[in-house]
Amino acid sequence: MTKATDLPSHGADVTADHENHHDEHEHHIPKGVMRWILTTNHKDIGTLYLWFSFIMFLTGGAMAMVIRAELFQPGLQIVEPDFFNQMTTVHGLIMVFGAVMPAFVGLANWLVPMMIGAPDMALPRMNNWSFWILPFAFTILLASLFTEGGGPNFGWTFYAPLSTTYSNDSTALFVFSVHIMGISSIMGAINVIVTIFNMRAPGMTWMKMPLFVWTWLITAFLLIAVMPVLAGAVTMVLTDKFFGTSFFDAAGGGDPVMFQHIFWFFGHPEVYIMILPAFGIISHIVPTFARKPLFGYASMVYATASIALLSFVVWAHHMFTTGMPVYMEMFFMFATMLISVPTGVKVFNWVATMWRGSMTFEVPMLFALAFIVLFTIGGLSGLMLAITPVDFQYHDTYFVVAHFHYVLVTGAIFSIMAAVYYWLPKWTGKMFNVGLAKAHFWCSLISVNVLFFPMHFVGLAGMPRRIPDYSLQFADYNQWISIGGFAFGLSQLIFLVVVIQACRKQGEPVSDRVWEGANGLEWEIPSPAPYHTFETPPVVK
Amino acid sequence: MVIRLVVIVIGMFGFGFALVPLYDVFCDITGINGKTNASAAVYTAPEVDESRQITVEFLTRTHTGMPWEFRANTKRIKVHPGELTTVDFYVRNPMRKNFVAQAIPSVSPGEAALFLNKTECFCFNQQPLDGGGEATMPMSFYVDPQIPDDISYFTVQYTLFDVTARADELPNADNPYLNRAGRSD
Ligand code: HEM
Ligand SMILES: [Cu+2]
Repeated sequence: MTKATDLPSHGADVTADHENHHDEHEHHIPKGVMRWILTTNHKDIGTLYLWFSFIMFLTGGAMAMVIRAELFQPGLQIVEPDFFNQMTTVHGLIMVFGAVMPAFVGLANWLVPMMIGAPDMALPRMNNWSFWILPFAFTILLASLFTEGGGPNFGWTFYAPLSTTYSNDSTALFVFSVHIMGISSIMGAINVIVTIFNMRAPGMTWMKMPLFVWTWLITAFLLIAVMPVLAGAVTMVLTDKFFGTSFFDAAGGGDPVMFQHIFWFFGHPEVYIMILPAFGIISHIVPTFARKPLFGYASMVYATASIALLSFVVWAHHMFTTGMPVYMEMFFMFATMLISVPTGVKVFNWVATMWRGSMTFEVPMLFALAFIVLFTIGGLSGLMLAITPVDFQYHDTYFVVAHFHYVLVTGAIFSIMAAVYYWLPKWTGKMFNVGLAKAHFWCSLISVNVLFFPMHFVGLAGMPRRIPDYSLQFADYNQWISIGGFAFGLSQLIFLVVVIQACRKQGEPVSDRVWEGANGLEWEIPSPAPYHTFETPPVVK
Repeated sequence: MVIRLVVIVIGMFGFGFALVPLYDVFCDITGINGKTNASAAVYTAPEVDESRQITVEFLTRTHTGMPWEFRANTKRIKVHPGELTTVDFYVRNPMRKNFVAQAIPSVSPGEAALFLNKTECFCFNQQPLDGGGEATMPMSFYVDPQIPDDISYFTVQYTLFDVTARADELPNADNPYLNRAGRSD
């Protein structure tokens, strides 16, 4: 069981020494940098995670700009093919592990305690560690780009033997940084689970828990189940490359296809790690602006749980072309298609929530609506890819790139933006610059579709992914794609301005509830949310 | 709670590694990755099924960077299930340098791998060859009469890897197949 010392006391204890506790804290917040380095406050750590994620989003975005600049025209003009490969690899790694995952952990830090009526996360010191090792992980990864021979160039999926026999020495740095990222997310996940299990306010029963909390709880279990497998996979790559083992080397009795099995056993649950919290966020925003309670709360919980369970038995849909026997291809095809059932349940519930609601279209709602439509497009292309015989044609083309950018950019990232716009006024106490935020939304919405929609077409026509050059017939579409890409990249600078203005506390003060239709414990506390909340647990009816 | 969660994490890390033997066992049982037996099978002299003929095709290739010449003397052979057959493969090391090679078989369709029993194979051991040397390497096998009726044709592909850098032992003389007189001709 949890060590009492690491756990901010709960219930009766809190009320007992609440007064002194409070004072002590107020007087001991160190100023300047040390406040952030030493902080164990869930709100501070949430802010750190979110800023870190934003910086990584811009860094990974800059790499995407390099990729799109090279692909603006056929032929090789701007970068060397090897550097192009490093850009696709590090772009993918940064966006997955540096932008999307830390953003969700940041949101969990801010919101989970506030939503369940807890004073802080259960393990605040571990929380500090799990954040502060992340900058080191990404410094190592980025530094590897400047080593002799360059950084990792084998794709974010680091298939053996590309990452073993054919990789350069910086692979050791890559492995090390993935280890640190993994440890960080595992610690974050443990913290979320312990917090939700032990620190719910009296009356906050399981089936009263807000959906963001539910989806994060399930995500956290996925994380502790699969991040260690990723750690195992990178360790095997490391020993294969440097210590003479042959896990993935056929000459030594290993099997390169096994790498893909191990990787995707992690990889497919990982993609759900990046989308389940998004489902939670949307399930908060849609009811608020439709002014109706969420349709089908219980079915949302069960759908999330079944998606999580199913995500463990579909991994080989990434491997249809490796030469599996027909019955296995059939199994993985049907299992994959089965996942779209609970996913469909969710989309249905959101739409049903809006049905006959009194809808208004504030910025968070705009992003949430875009999410519902565009994520569904991504789900549909996923279904197409799940059909084994067609995947033989689509695999490793831009069609796959279109699919996962619809689910990840207009899915996961749009949900994160929606969440930031939704809760930011609660965090800062001021309404953000709505005009600029709307500009950010419309610019993003249009450019993201110019960027990713034509990828479906070039993919179906056979343009392979991860290649710095392409044949002439793809040139027009690629120009559109690149223009969309630059526009989407620039649009995010608007977001940066909005967030900086908000953090500087510019704007109109907001009420405690902020949005007329908002419901939940986090809206009961003052705006801006005080440094310490719920030191005396609220009672949930 | 924390301790239990940490145990899960450690357990899953172990599970990642446990996937390696699990994968091998699974593939052994189902034959789906086309791997054949890695050590000699004993010829049990089963009843030869004269009523059926199976075509076995042999393909050879060398792995990227492996300079040897490698080919199957018998490209294709028809056998009755249960009958013991020997085919020969030819290798030549065109370089001055001594090499150690390892051949890795792969059967397609994978299911056939379960019914291919090799009693002798150059792929059971690493094969050293001096610079300029050549050798004929035999492989003896029989097809299990239990082989399903729908398999009438299968392919055995050998890929030759250069394993000199991590050879178990350097070229030794007690290798029965290899003609080490590379320099005598
Ligand atoms: C209806 C649900 C979904 C289905 C049926 C589905 C199906 C597939 C299939 C079959 C592939 C492999 C394509 C190939 O490589 O040939 C794939 C790739 C991918 N999917 Fe999905 N998917 C779904 C939802 C998602 C979600 C929600 C995410 C993430 C948030 C996601 C992220 C990815 C990624 C990142 C890849 C590419 C990985 C790579 O090769 O780099 N998918 N999907
Ligand atoms: Cu998948």
